[in-house]
Parts: sequence; structure tokens; C-alpha cells
Amino acid sequence: MSEQPSSPTRRRLLMAAPLVVAGGVGVGFWRMLSGMTKGSFDPHDIHAPALNRPVPDFALPDQAPGTGFSAADLRGLKAPVLVNYFASWCIPCVAEMPVLNVLKDRLPIWGIAYKDKPEHALGFVQRAGNPYARIASDHDGLAAIDWGVSGVPETFLVGPGGIIRWHTASPITEAMITNTIMPLADSLKQ
Amino acid sequence: MKTHPLRRGGLIALLACLLFAPLVALAVDDPSEMLPDPAQEQRAEAIGAQLRCLVCQNESIEDSSADLARDLRHVVREHVAKGESNQQIMDWMVNRYGNFIRLKPPFTIGTLLLWVMPLLALCIGIGIAWWTFRRPRAPVPPPLSDEERRRLSDLTETR
Repeated sequence: MSEQPSSPTRRRLLMAAPLVVAGGVGVGFWRMLSGMTKGSFDPHDIHAPALNRPVPDFALPDQAPGTGFSAADLRGLKAPVLVNYFASWCIPCVAEMPVLNVLKDRLPIWGIAYKDKPEHALGFVQRAGNPYARIASDHDGLAAIDWGVSGVPETFLVGPGGIIRWHTASPITEAMITNTIMPLADSLKQ
Repeated sequence: MKTHPLRRGGLIALLACLLFAPLVALAVDDPSEMLPDPAQEQRAEAIGAQLRCLVCQNESIEDSSADLARDLRHVVREHVAKGESNQQIMDWMVNRYGNFIRLKPPFTIGTLLLWVMPLLALCIGIGIAWWTFRRPRAPVPPPLSDEERRRLSDLTETR
């Protein structure tokens, strides 16, 4: 194959093309990673549908040491509540407990034990400290499907009238509380 | 050499166990989940094959052994038994988990690039091929003059 003499400008452009592509990809990944640390980008967050919709119909029985609740209880609320799906067999749930135990004095937290034996969930809450104002048991995990839950922990900020205002499928962190949850909860208080 | 009859019996039992163990293992998971009507079961499987397991994310709920996948299989079968259409069941799932649960994403503005990418790649390939073959071949150089021929033989002469 004979080599065509090419102009220096074109040659430089061809040399720069892969660098530009690599640079673009790098900036993209950097934005994703920095968004993950700041909490503005969450690759696990796959549940847009729940947002700004009323909580699904459900009625769940008591989980000791708390009392169960239903969709009607959440829809009748005048102030925001954090609904937290947890399980005794879930490691990230253990990790977020200290944060929830601090948050409970600023924002009521209602827990739902997901696919958990009642005695195991009770033991978990007794060991980790109980941040929950009410606790319900979703033993067969079917209410969780209506919420769009894909695993534990998952947390919803439910505003007045039972509207879901915020959601995460990651463990709650102090940064999330300061940057997102509390500002939003304060703005929802009437 | 004589084999003790008891030992031989034990060996056969062991072989039988090894041979049939996989069948038993499958059977424990399956029949309780399946619908009695084979046509309905087939429909449920076809729907399940289109639904992403949200735990494993690259498997359908029919392929996954995650707890959530089992629950969703159960829900799909309940809806099929109730006589709902495939579209109704799909909408029920999308309503809860969003389009992410569909292994085949719908054609929207957001997925436009995804769907037209094969066509786009083909067009780009054809474009590059056309651009490459369109370029004129390098012109054949004029024959060497006597002077040049002499220089060439000087240069290539072996000493």
C-alpha cells in the first residue's frame, strides 16, 4: 500500500483525535466519581418512579418493639417522616444505624423490617439502638415490591400527605443528612 | 476378586444418589413455583425473561436465584393466573421499578442513541470505506534516467 503524503495539519489532527476522545472519557468518569462522593450521582439509584408519588397501598403488622403502620398513617401525616427499610441480615443496615440514631431527634424515622424473622429484627434493634418511632414487619417482602424496593437498606423521605419526596438505595450518611435530607425535610414542614 | 454384597449395594446407592442429586436439587426449587397450566406457565416464563433481576442486574428474573427475583416470579405468575395481559403485567412492573426493569428498553428520546447505534456504526463504516477507496492511487513514478540508474547500481553494488 502506498503512503499518501498528508499535510502536517491533518496529521496533527489525526494524532490529537485519540487524545481528545480519551480526555472526554476521563472528564466523564471524573464527574461520575466526584458525583458519587458528593452524593449527586448514585449508580445504584434506579427508582425514579417512586419520586413525587403517594406511598403505595400497604398495611403491615407490628414488629416488636414498635407498632406497625399502613399507607393511611403516612398519608395522614402533617410533617415529613423518613421511612427506612432494614433487615437484621443486612450489613450496610448495621453501618447506617449510628447515623440514624443521631437523626431520630431531628426527624421521625419509621422502620420496616424486610424479610426478617421477628425475633431477629428485635435483636437487631436492641443491639444497634432503636432509631424508629414505629416499626412494621414486611415478612414476605411483597409490600417492598410496591414501594419499588430492590434491597436493603432503602430509605424514603415521605412528605405531608404521604408523598414520596426523596429516595436512596444506599446507606444513609451524615453528608446525605446535612446536604439533602434535612434541607428537604425543613422545606416540607408546614 | 469377590466384592462384599453389602459394599456393592452401598456403591450402587451412592452412584444413584450422585446421578439423581441434580434432578432433585432442581425439583426442590421449581414445581412449587410453576403454574399448573402449561400455557400460562410458558407465558409467565416469557414475561419473566424480559424482566431484569434488580439484585444481579444482568440476569432476568427467570435466570436469577436471588430472593427478590423469586418474589417477582411469584408476582408475575399471580398476575398471569388472574388473566392479565403481558402489557398489563409489564406496566405493573415498570410502574414500580421504572424502565430499568425491562431488559429491552423502550424506544424513547433517552434511548434513541442506543437503538440507532448499529445503523450509525454501519453508516460511519461505509463512510470511512468510501472515503478511503475514493482517494486516487499514488501516480506511477517516471522511469529512471540513465544517470539515476547508474547511481542506483553504484549504491546497491556489493563489495
